[in-house]
Order: sequence, then structure tokens, then C-alpha cells
Amino acid sequence: MNETKFQERIDAEKKIEPKDWMPDAYRKHLIRQISQHAHSEIIGMQPEGNWITRAPSLRAKMILLAKVQDEAGHGLYLYSACETLGISREELVKQLHDGKAKYSSIFNYPTLSWADMGAIGWLVDGAAIVNQVSLQRTSYGPYSRGMVKICKEESFHQRQGYEIMAEMAKGTPEQKAMAQDALNRFWWPSIMMFGPQDSDSPRTGNAMKWKIKRQTNDALRQDFIDKTVGQAEVIGLTIPDPDLKWNEERGSYDFGEMDWDEFWNVVNGNGPCNKQRLAHHKKAHDEGEWVRNAAKAYAKKQELVAN
Amino acid sequence: MSSLFTYTLRIADSSLILGQRMSEWCSNGPTLEEDIALSNISLDMFGQANGFYEYAAQLDGTKSADDLAFKRNEREFFNHQMVEIENGHFGNTMVRNFLHDAFNFLFYTELANSKDETLAALAAKSLKEVKYHLRHSSNWLIRLGDGTEESNLKVQDSLNEIWQFTNELFEMDEIDTELLNSGIAVDNKALKEQWNTIVNNTLSKAKLTRPEDAYMATGGKKGMHTEYLGFILAEMQFLQRAYPNAKW
Repeated sequence: MNETKFQERIDAEKKIEPKDWMPDAYRKHLIRQISQHAHSEIIGMQPEGNWITRAPSLRAKMILLAKVQDEAGHGLYLYSACETLGISREELVKQLHDGKAKYSSIFNYPTLSWADMGAIGWLVDGAAIVNQVSLQRTSYGPYSRGMVKICKEESFHQRQGYEIMAEMAKGTPEQKAMAQDALNRFWWPSIMMFGPQDSDSPRTGNAMKWKIKRQTNDALRQDFIDKTVGQAEVIGLTIPDPDLKWNEERGSYDFGEMDWDEFWNVVNGNGPCNKQRLAHHKKAHDEGEWVRNAAKAYAKKQELVAN
Repeated sequence: MSSLFTYTLRIADSSLILGQRMSEWCSNGPTLEEDIALSNISLDMFGQANGFYEYAAQLDGTKSADDLAFKRNEREFFNHQMVEIENGHFGNTMVRNFLHDAFNFLFYTELANSKDETLAALAAKSLKEVKYHLRHSSNWLIRLGDGTEESNLKVQDSLNEIWQFTNELFEMDEIDTELLNSGIAVDNKALKEQWNTIVNNTLSKAKLTRPEDAYMATGGKKGMHTEYLGFILAEMQFLQRAYPNAKW
């Protein structure tokens, strides 16, 4: 009965709110997806954080730091959205540390030059936007509203990344080489951000039925590729895919086969930076424990004084 | 180099180096909320540095703000040594920032009355931010000092270690004196009494003991530094130095 009514609400494009009845599987799916999204924002601070102290100008430094700070803010909204489903931030962080919760594999690749700041903004945030624009219409109210807020900031991120790439592509030969190298390294991992192909994505069925996801992985990936190819051409960089070509009939680009072995390896913890990223997060968390304890103890003392 | 140029550069240098140190906290904060706050402070410091460098560049006439930030060596930097020291743990950072924020608050309050209109305007703008920084670091100092036994011991140690860098904040040299006489500079020495009041009050609320003055660092404004500064600059200036002809 409940389930029928629930599905009717979904089909009528009405949002589900925290106090509404929802199937357990819907709640679980959302917790998994939103927390994965939140963890991605937080772990995603590290590859770019790697360059803040080395940014090449005062302006670049401020923009990059502001961007990484935005990501922390996005993580915060998303953890809050997730908490409305009845799980605490502490539990979510514990799941991350125990390896039970995942984050986007893209952040397990190292950032080796300043051009990587451009590639991440342009490609990684660009791919994230395509996904997030779609998620603005997700059926869960708090998640949907979080996405609306986040999308506004992400488009600024994407532009600043593209600006770095454009600037470097027209710079010295060394700069152009760095920009091309960054594109070469980040292209495939970026298009794999949309997840496995629909035929290998077991949870897509329910997620679509419940309108948590509004478009499939493959549709979103195609949308991103179609948007990005022209942007690369404009700044004179080459997308590292020999099979990439315009398909008149489909009105879309055909593209080459992704390396799914690599994808699953990185998802399962065997990527270049998986260990470092988690270790970094744990270290910060552990080193902050005495601070959090002190703040709690102080707050408690103040309460006693007030009573 | 004019006295006004050097004076402006000193202010910019302290803001930049503290901003640089604070930016190291990004993704390392004790909570997510605090991570965001620390980045905010860093951004404020970079913004202040940028404003003062722009003015210095204008006074200089040949160099840009970025040239000043990225193409000078250790002995050509004139910041307070306090801002160079390593972040250490969160308590170290809060103690360092508190001591410096209290000075900055008083300094910018005075500089906002400078006869040099640009410095006065930059100071007034910075003051708004520094008030928030001082509140932030004072509140943390009190929380940590009056939190747990562990946190009290930790920040008392931080205070004992960092104290040696406090005296330098109030030093005056011939440039300060010259510009003070023309109504441009702040009388740093005269700020000490009010600084003592802020510091003593906060330490007492935080249940911390004010350290005795022992060895006191001196000479940052003359280009004397700790050994940390060279590494800060090596990291910060790397791209500008490695690719001198590139634009970013």
C-alpha cells in the first residue's frame, strides 16, 4: 500500500521529504549514493589541494583555494542531506575509513603539473556538472535542493579550469605540452566517472524507477563527450582517443573502448593514490580528535555554568 | 627604494606568508566546518597581501604584485618571523594566529587613520576581516585552554614555544619612525599596552599562563628570518622560477 502510494508520488514528480514514508531500499540507495557523492567532494579536495601552495600567481592561488573550499562546502551540504536519512556524519566517515563507502575513482589519480588544475576543473568538474544538472531533478528533496546550490558553483569551477587550460595551451611550448599531457592523463578517467556501461550497472533499474537517477550512465557520458570535444578543438588540444569521430546519423560522437579493467581496479582500491587519499583523510581526522574532544568538553562546561 | 614602498611591502609580506601557512590547512582541519574557516582566513590574508602588493607595485613602478610575491629571496622578505613558523598541530596554529591577530587588529585600527589614503583604505578593509580572525582564534584558544587537560597542556606548550616571536611585532626602525613623523605609519611600540590587555584577558579566560620573556626574535623587517622561510618560498615560487617567461 505504502509502496504503491510512494511510487505514485514519484511518478507525479513530487519530491520525497525526510519524514515521508519510503521503502528501505530507496533509503539505502540514497544513503549510498549521497554519501559517495559527499566523500567524493571531500577526498576531491586533496588532488587540487596538492597545488595550492605552488599556484603560480596570487590570483591563481586565491581562485584555487576558493574552489577547494567550495568543495568542502559541497561535502557539508551533502553530509547534511544524507543525515536527513537517519545516519550520522560520524558513521558516514567511519564507513569511508573502513572502505565500506566509496568515492569517485577520479580522485585516485595524482596531480603532477599545474595543468592538472586546469584539466580537473575543465574535465572532472565538467563531468560532475553533467551528472549534477541531471540530479537537480532527483526525487529526494534535500538531495535535489543540494544539487541546485552545488551546480551554481560547479559551473564557475569548470570555467576556471578551462581558463587555465586555454591560457597554458596558448603559452610557451612547455606549457602547451603540460596542458596536452594533463588532458591525456585525465580524459579516460573523466569519462569513466559516469560509471560502468548501462549493461553492467545493476542498480540503474531501481534508481531510474525511483527517479533518483534521471538519465543512465551512458546517456550522461555521451552528453559530456559531445560538449567537450569542441572545447578541446577551440584551444588546440587533442583528445587522446583515435576512435573519436562525429556520427552524423546519431548526432553524437562515437568514441573508443574504455579500459574497464583499470576502472574496476581503481574502484576496488588498486589505483595510484587510493592508499594515500584515505591515509590523508584518516590522519587529519585522527589528529583533530583532541581538538574535537576539547571543544566538546568546553561546551559541556559552559552548559553547566548556564544551568 | 622609498620608505613608503618598504613599509607597504612589509605589511604585504606578513599577510602573504601567513596566508601561505594557513592554506596548508586545507583538507587537514580537525572538522569540516573548521577546514572551511581556516581556508577563509587564508583567503582573507591573500586578499590583503594582494592589496598591499598592488600598492607597493604602483609605488615601485616597474614590478607587478606577482613579481614582488614570487621573485624575491629570503633576505628581501620583510615579514614578521612569527608567520613563518610551521603550523604544527591545530593548537600551535591557533596560538600563533591569536598573538598575531591581536597585533593586526590594533595595527590596522591605527593604520586606518594614516595620512596615506591608500594605506588607510587598505587598513580599513583589512580590519573588518581581522576582527573576525581575532574572534575566531580567541574563541579557539579559550576552548582549547579550558577544554580537556590534554588540550590545556598542548596549547600551554604552544604558547611557551611561540612567545619568542611576539616582541618583534612592536619593533620600530628608522623607516617606521620617519613615516610615523609624517603621519603615515603606526607607532608599533604604543600598541604593546593594549596588546597586553587583550592577550592577558584571553589567556586568563583560557586558563593559560603568560610565559616569561626570554630569547626574543628580532629583525624580520630587516630581512632576518627563521630557516622555514626559504622552504616556504622555494615551494611557493617554484613555477615562476622554473618558467620565468611563462604567463599563467
